[in-house]
Parts: sequence; structure tokens; C-alpha cells
Amino acid sequence: MRGRVALAVLLGWAGLALVGHWLPLAANRVDLAHILAAPGPDTWLGCDDLGRPVWDRLVAGASVSLLVAVPVVGLSLLIGAPLGALSAWWGGAADHVITRLIDIFLAFPGLLLAIALAGTLGPGIDNVVVALAAVGWVGFARLARAQALSVKTRDHVQAALALGVGETRIVFRHLLPLIAAPLTVEATFAVAGAVTAEAGLSFLGLGVQPPTASWGSMIRDGTRYMLVAPHLLLAPGIALALVVLSVNLLGDHLRDRLDVRERASLR
Amino acid sequence: MTGYFVRRLLSALVVITGVAALVFVLIHVVPGDPVEVLVGESASAADRDALRRSLGLDAPLGAQLLGYVRSLVSLDLGTSIHSQRPVTELLAERLPATLALAAAALMVSVTLALPLGVVAAARHGSRWDLRAMIFALAGSSVPPFVLGPALVLVFSVGLGWLPVSGREGLASLVLPALTLGMALAAVLARMTRSALLETLAEDYVRTARAKGADERTVLLRHALPNAALPIVTVLGLQLGALLGGAVITETVFAWPGVGQLTVEAVQRRDYPVVQGCVLLVSLAYVVVNTLTDLVYAWLDPRIRLGGGAL
Repeated sequence: MRGRVALAVLLGWAGLALVGHWLPLAANRVDLAHILAAPGPDTWLGCDDLGRPVWDRLVAGASVSLLVAVPVVGLSLLIGAPLGALSAWWGGAADHVITRLIDIFLAFPGLLLAIALAGTLGPGIDNVVVALAAVGWVGFARLARAQALSVKTRDHVQAALALGVGETRIVFRHLLPLIAAPLTVEATFAVAGAVTAEAGLSFLGLGVQPPTASWGSMIRDGTRYMLVAPHLLLAPGIALALVVLSVNLLGDHLRDRLDVRERASLR
Repeated sequence: MTGYFVRRLLSALVVITGVAALVFVLIHVVPGDPVEVLVGESASAADRDALRRSLGLDAPLGAQLLGYVRSLVSLDLGTSIHSQRPVTELLAERLPATLALAAAALMVSVTLALPLGVVAAARHGSRWDLRAMIFALAGSSVPPFVLGPALVLVFSVGLGWLPVSGREGLASLVLPALTLGMALAAVLARMTRSALLETLAEDYVRTARAKGADERTVLLRHALPNAALPIVTVLGLQLGALLGGAVITETVFAWPGVGQLTVEAVQRRDYPVVQGCVLLVSLAYVVVNTLTDLVYAWLDPRIRLGGGAL
């Protein structure tokens, strides 16, 4: 039941984000007559400090968060998982170096590295993706390494090795498919992390730049008008919390279904 | 014992060196010219050169690296472009506020999470368990920049109990600490519950029950101390998240700490300050994690003898 509600929220999010492009939205239409208008029959989530309709901006923000989250998680997975699995397969000095690299990246708490990187690269949606993927690959690498270590001695892997299968083929065809379940669960949680991180960067003014709408920048603008127009804060805040909550619920659900023991990322 | 300590300290040293190197790469090598961003398009070539020289960015990369290492060793992190004050002075000024916030948030999360986790584990499968886990899920799903303003809306704007922002007196610490501590409380409650459930299945717990100890003693005297290790591990790991989360929480509440300084510096392209802040926070994190590891090793011989922790 809970899983179904979560899935419905996520489908709604993704659907709006994808279809939003073709909807008759006016996310950037400034309308001075409706500045800070409360929710009403015409604009059902009200208008912001420039008279722009909040609902339209919410949909535009949904597509920004999806456009960031999907490539970030995809890139992180593509970089991190093979690197971690190869590291476990090689062992020895190479493994040592890669493990240390992972440790070093993990030494930057939370968003700090992404904030600094977004600051150096400058704002913009592409740079947000780069900054978040530069931080995100680490979680996948660590998980893939730990999981690959535990399955590399399995019989079918040893059999493939005995048959003279090349090591790239072993890692990509025999190891990675075997650890796909925990990686899928991690990827699900990573979507929640990426959505939050994008909103966080935009909240700090380091993400998507105005006038493009992002949930994070909408929340930041909303905090300025908390007294007169709390809906500016509540609408994007609730949207963001709902999406993140649903992704986390889905992740929990997947973990139970796929029987993955433990959530590997404790960050 | 000494062997483990030395190995752990050496590995911390490697990580610290790596962190310093990564910060160098971040500021000096990553594409995107700080000078270009700083002066804008209308500046003259002479202005750009002057600024580049004053930042030391005109030197060859090797010389820049040498200067960077020298400044780190002598603990001189340069001068802020914006305020023209030494970066170390700025950091020293902001550090107490961040420490106060982190300590308060830690206290909030432990006082929230421990009872919740213990009750959830003791009444496994009950309504209380469900409630605690819903709290944990919500706490880890609502980011600080949503929770913070929401708390302000209720307690400052609505009820008028607490100040909206700033740092004046103990009352102003309450909302930032709650905001920052919530995510940690969520993770900690989950961990307490699962660690306690695991120890409650152990033989010594059955023995304690068999000899007639009441449930309260079993839970608090026999099970909880044995569940402490994973809980403290998560606490140590999450301290980093706490420091990272402080960046956003401090911005939400205009709390004058290192996090706010970082954001201001990034927004002003004040690279020496950004570099100093990132270095300080990540090094603090490494040091805390190393210390917690050493403390466990001291407490728990399984770790220092097992050799699996490294």
C-alpha cells in the first residue's frame, strides 16, 4: 500500500517533469497585478513575488530536479560501480590506491565538495550535474567493491577464470550482474540524495540560475515572504519532501524485495 | 595495540594529504578561471593580470603547488579577497558558533533517537515501533532547508516563541539545533533499533531473562551496552554529515559559523576563504573519525586484533 502511494507520487513527479514541456505553462510570466497572490480559483497555488504562477514554476522545477537527478545517478553508477568492482577484482596495489581515493572523497562531509566544486565551475544545470556526480560515484564504488569482494570467489567466477575468460569480461559479465541488486537499491536512494542536493545547491544560489525555476530557489525566495505568503515556501517544500520521502520508501521496499542485507551507505 | 594505532594514524595521514591535494586541484586545476569570474567581462587585461598575480595564479602549476604546501605547513591560509583579512583569523572567529551548533544538534539527536530506538526495539512490531520508524523516515527525507523554514513558520512566526534567525542567546540556538539534529536523529534511531534487536537475540540476553532479571534491566544493562558499538560508529560517521549539513542550516538561520562563511565565500568567489573552509571542515571530520576509531580499538579488542577495520 505504502509502496503504491510512493510509486504514484514518483510517477506523478516524473510525468509532470516530462510532460511539463508541452503543457501551456507560464513559469516565467511576470504579472505585477498578482504579486504574492494567495491560492485561488485562477492560480490554484497562488503567485510569487513577481506575480509568477507557483504551480507552473513547481512543474518547471520538477523537470529541473529530474533532469539533474537522472544524469547524476547514471553517471555516478557508470563511474563508481565498474571502478569498485575492478578494484576488488584486481586487489593488491591498484585496490589499495582506489580504496584510498574513495576514503579521500569520503572525507568531504555531505555537500561540501559539491558546493566548492559548483562554486569553482560556476552556476548552471550542467555544472550541478558534474559537481554532484563528482561526489556521487564514491558511494557506488565503495558498495560495488565490498560486494564484488564477497562474490569474486564464487564458483562460476572461478570457472570463467579457469576457462580463460578475459578479466574485463569477467568483471562486466560475471561480477557486476551478480551485485546488481544492492546497486539498484543504492541507486534508488541516490535519486533522493541527488534531488535534495540539487535543491540544496539552488537554495544556496549555486545551482540553476534565475529565471529558471528550481524547488531549491523557490524555497529560498519563499523564506523571504514567510509572513505574508507562506504558500511560496510550503508548495515547493512539500513537493520536495514528498518526492524524497517516496523515493526513500521505494528504496526500502526494493531492499526488502531484493533481500539486500544492509544499506551500505551510512553517510 | 601500538601496531593498530600506528597503522590507523598513518592511514589518516594519507587521507589528510589526499584531502589537501584534492582541494588544491579544486581551486587551481579545475577548469573555470577564478580571475575571469571575479572581474567579469569588462575588466581590462592589465587588471586581470594584476589580480592573477596577487592570487599567485600566474605562476606555473608546480610553483603554485609548492606555495600551497608551504602555506599549509606554516598554517598561513592566505588573505581573503573580499575583506582583506587573514583566512585563519576569519575561521577562528566563526568556529565557536559552528561548534556550539554541532554540539547542540548532537545533543538533540541523541536525546531524540536513543529513547525512540530503544522503545521501538523493546516493543518490536508494535504501534510505537511503527511510529518511531515513520519518524525516522520523515526525518531523513525532509532536508534542512525545508525543515528549518517550516519550524520558523510554526515557532517563530506563528507562536512567537523563538527568534527567527541570528545568534543571540540560548533561545536562538534551539531551532537551528533541531533542524540540524533531525536528520541525524532519524539515522540514529534506526541504527539503535536494529542494533538493539540484534543484541536482544543473543544468548546472554536469554540467560539474563532466565535468571529472572526484569525486562528493564535486561534492556538497559545487558542489551544496550552491547549495542553501543554500531550506534557510536554511526554517530562518528554522521558527524561529517552534521558538519556538511551545518552549511545549509547556518544559511537558513543566518547563524554566523564556518558553514555560512563557506557559502558567502563561494558566492563572492573568495577562493582563499573557500579553500580554508573546505580544508578546515574536512580535516576536522578526518580527525574526529580517526579518534573514534582509536577509541573503539581501545574499548574493543576485537577491532585492534581482528585487523578488519583498516
